[in-house]
Amino acid sequence: MIGLTLLSIALMVVDHLSDLLDEVRSGLTVVVTPVYIVADYPNRAADLAQQMFTSRDGLQEQVISLEEQLLLMKVKTEKMSALTAENNRLRDLLGSAAKLQDNVLVAELVGVDPDPNKHEVVIDKGTQHDVFVGQPVLDAEGLMGQVIEVSPLTSRVLLISDQSHSVPVQVVRSNLRLIAQGTGVTRQLDLMHVQGTADIKQGDLLVSSGLGNRFPVGYPVGIVTQFKHNPSEPFAKATANPSAMLDRSRYVLLVFTEASLREPVIGAEG
Amino acid sequence: MATTAGERESSLWVILLTFAVAMLFSVVSLPEFIPWQLGYLRPQWVELVLIYWIMALPHRVGIFSAWVLGLFVDVLTGSLLGQHGVAFIIVAYIASSLYQRLRMFAVWQQSLIIFVTIGISQLVNFWVENFVGLSQWDMRFLLSALVSAMLWPWVFLVLRHLRRLFNVS
Repeated sequence: MIGLTLLSIALMVVDHLSDLLDEVRSGLTVVVTPVYIVADYPNRAADLAQQMFTSRDGLQEQVISLEEQLLLMKVKTEKMSALTAENNRLRDLLGSAAKLQDNVLVAELVGVDPDPNKHEVVIDKGTQHDVFVGQPVLDAEGLMGQVIEVSPLTSRVLLISDQSHSVPVQVVRSNLRLIAQGTGVTRQLDLMHVQGTADIKQGDLLVSSGLGNRFPVGYPVGIVTQFKHNPSEPFAKATANPSAMLDRSRYVLLVFTEASLREPVIGAEG
Repeated sequence: MATTAGERESSLWVILLTFAVAMLFSVVSLPEFIPWQLGYLRPQWVELVLIYWIMALPHRVGIFSAWVLGLFVDVLTGSLLGQHGVAFIIVAYIASSLYQRLRMFAVWQQSLIIFVTIGISQLVNFWVENFVGLSQWDMRFLLSALVSAMLWPWVFLVLRHLRRLFNVS
């Protein structure tokens, strides 16, 4: 018993300080992958039941509204692609390397960490799909988090709302650069070290600033919900509401940025 | 009555299956309409099943099986490799040194012991996470031990039924 305990402690130390055990972990994860898949069945069954019991009229209405949305999105995308092209041309003129072209891969959520203190989810894409540690993850609304662990078929994503996670962000209106830290509460991010005189107000959009070379530039991170400065304290208190539906999205996007220097897998320009 | 090697092997599947189902229960995601705070009430299914098998079959399930199980739970929940290993070793140690007394106790007395045992293992988990800076002091982790203790009578009945049904020994 003492031997096994010491061995466990040694394993924990090695696992915490180095990545020597990542291979072992990834191998063991393959063994427990079926557990995730089966554990996800209640959710799947609920979705399926909902689909099966939707009436014909309901479906028709849904199709019509989706077609309308598609049309709107197409118009927006056309405008966007023109803007992207223009932007890239201007950047070419400036000799700047950053371009707004990222490839994405769609992944589905298969598990949520049962510990409420940890905001982590498991997705159904792994090293077989070229997912790598540190890869940014988005949903339709904004930045969700980053990959922290990969195995052949699944990977684990740390959400931006986790207490141990921070994102470098930028206020769109004033270009002010800040750090948004997770609080352990799904719908709240804390903005760190905000000056009392900073040009920031409620309703400001925060986008990823790209500093730190982890997240791509310009994806929405959150909306500022509160900005208060108590003169007796060195910094103002500012919080934001994440744009991404951190506890709702079932489909997420894995981003392959040009900076990550990888071959695109399934190409879709975003 | 002596059991043949074949019977032992077939009964091993029952034990493994109960552990697999316990792992399943410990990661199954809650529906969206349930507030996330209720996640603190999630019982330690794997530890409950572990305690039952150690109590019922101490010659088959012991500290080493507990440790291996712990490693799988570590991978499943993305915690440090060995964290649940240590926690499960402690649970297995307490259960295997008390199993003769546990068998004589009434179910509610067993529940009390289980509250303390799972409480200790939760504390160890918490220490490790706190040490590497993953969580802050929060008494809510004891809620899980409480719910586990309250669920014990049912887990006990179901597993005893399974053990008798498949003649696991």
